[in-house]
Amino acid sequence: MAALFTETAATRRKRLTERLAQATFGLMALALVVPLVTIVAYLFVQAWPLLSWEFLTSNPIDGMRRGGIWSAFLGTIYLVTVSLCVSAPIGVLAAVYLNEYAEDNWLTRMINLAVVNLAGVPSIVHALFGLGAFVLFAGVGRSIIAASLTLAIMTLPVIIASTKESLASVPRSFREACWNVGATRWQTIRRIVLPNSVSGILTGVILQVSRTAGETAPIMFTGAVFFKKIPEGDVFAYSLTDQCMALSMHLYTVTTQVTNAPHALPYAIAVALLGTVLVVNALSIGTRVYLRSRKKW
Amino acid sequence: MSEPKQKKIEVSNLRLSYGQKEVIHGISFDIRQSEIFAIIGPAQSAKSSLLKCINRTIDFVPGAKVRGGIKVDGQDVSKMKNVYELRRKIGMVAPLPVGLPLSIYDNVAFAPRAAGMRTKAALDTLVERCLTQAALWDEVKDRLDSLGTKLSGGQQQRLTIARALSHSPEVLCLDEFSIAIDPVTTMRIEEVLKQLREKITIILVTNLVQQARRLADRTMFLWNGEIVELGTNDVMFSDKPASRQTYEYVNGIFG
Repeated sequence: MAALFTETAATRRKRLTERLAQATFGLMALALVVPLVTIVAYLFVQAWPLLSWEFLTSNPIDGMRRGGIWSAFLGTIYLVTVSLCVSAPIGVLAAVYLNEYAEDNWLTRMINLAVVNLAGVPSIVHALFGLGAFVLFAGVGRSIIAASLTLAIMTLPVIIASTKESLASVPRSFREACWNVGATRWQTIRRIVLPNSVSGILTGVILQVSRTAGETAPIMFTGAVFFKKIPEGDVFAYSLTDQCMALSMHLYTVTTQVTNAPHALPYAIAVALLGTVLVVNALSIGTRVYLRSRKKW
Repeated sequence: MSEPKQKKIEVSNLRLSYGQKEVIHGISFDIRQSEIFAIIGPAQSAKSSLLKCINRTIDFVPGAKVRGGIKVDGQDVSKMKNVYELRRKIGMVAPLPVGLPLSIYDNVAFAPRAAGMRTKAALDTLVERCLTQAALWDEVKDRLDSLGTKLSGGQQQRLTIARALSHSPEVLCLDEFSIAIDPVTTMRIEEVLKQLREKITIILVTNLVQQARRLADRTMFLWNGEIVELGTNDVMFSDKPASRQTYEYVNGIFG
């Protein structure tokens, strides 16, 4: 019995190693948070003088040196919304096919390979594709619709991948139980698989908002412009065939093209961009928590 | 000696392979109307795969190839257009209890609804009948709205049986149903099976030799995808079954 209560050299070493391992991993986890907090804090401090409601709701004036970001802010909202309206349904339905229906043959394998590779294509290449396919070939011209479609193609593979993962997390035994009682594949998907994977699917889709809102390259050639004046306070100010401003592009032009802009301006634009994304992400987390609380197994 | 019963399921020269590997090597046997037919044998004897061939859920297994014939009520299952009807004719209970992530009521009502039954009154009657048959009604009648997945293992297994009965099957297949539940629950379910045998045919796949001995009319000893012996229980569990292997397996000398 005594051996249980005495510490030998070996057990001491074990204890120290354990502590060291825990401390190392913990530090790394903490290190993740440091840049995020620093960035957000730095941006806020720098942007503080300009932050106001008017900044968000008024158009830029005086060669973008004064005024607000309304047309860029609204443009980003349009681009994100339209592109997700295209990519989410296509992506989710494609993923359901790939995960639930597709047999394991060369065609399926090729589609899966294509999805993976599409996810790895740099955004500037998507931009050139969008320019060629939508703006020139399809003839829609530089417009919100062309830019949104380009963004949609960029987000599609990621949505497919995340949706497939959520679907795969529903145990196969549930599906088998349904098939055994004579349910069709669709009945099984409709009643069991989708209701139990919807939180993951939604999260995957909503996370693409931040990506879509932040990209500059794909929209630069396909629909975003340097400057555009729209009626302030009118949320329907853009039509789909219009060109638009966008926050990401605006941030880029203000920092590189506009001389004598107030020091706080780019920071304020960045805060607006980050804030939009964070609000959407918060909604996504809220949805997820709500749906998780109803998780059934 | 009862009169010869009608053949319910006829299996002739059935071969099943997964990819290159053949797991069932051309077996033939009949299962008669309203008997309890036990299939015993060690793991990897393709017992579960055999059941999947019968209700054609083997279609969902990638790479599986079935040759030879299985007839249910004289009809070749491989030629059936309406496999959903076939699967409703055959109740299937998996080794591990699977409560679907639905309420207890919806778990049992799932199959009838999938088949198009919508009337509340008819569903209510059916749910009560199936849960009663599965010896679960008294325990859950006051909480039919709570989740099936929150029941205990033994209760979930009875729920699974209730679900298998919900589409009024003519054949009930139980695949190692007692593997995850306690002996008391097992005995309760065995009692249920004894009552059900009056009306339906039961296929009982089991690792428990004694369970086959207790319940079955006939027992088939399957080993490595081949039938070692098939016979009535008084032969299979006697001192002199036809095969030495059967004797040794049944008496725990081998396997």
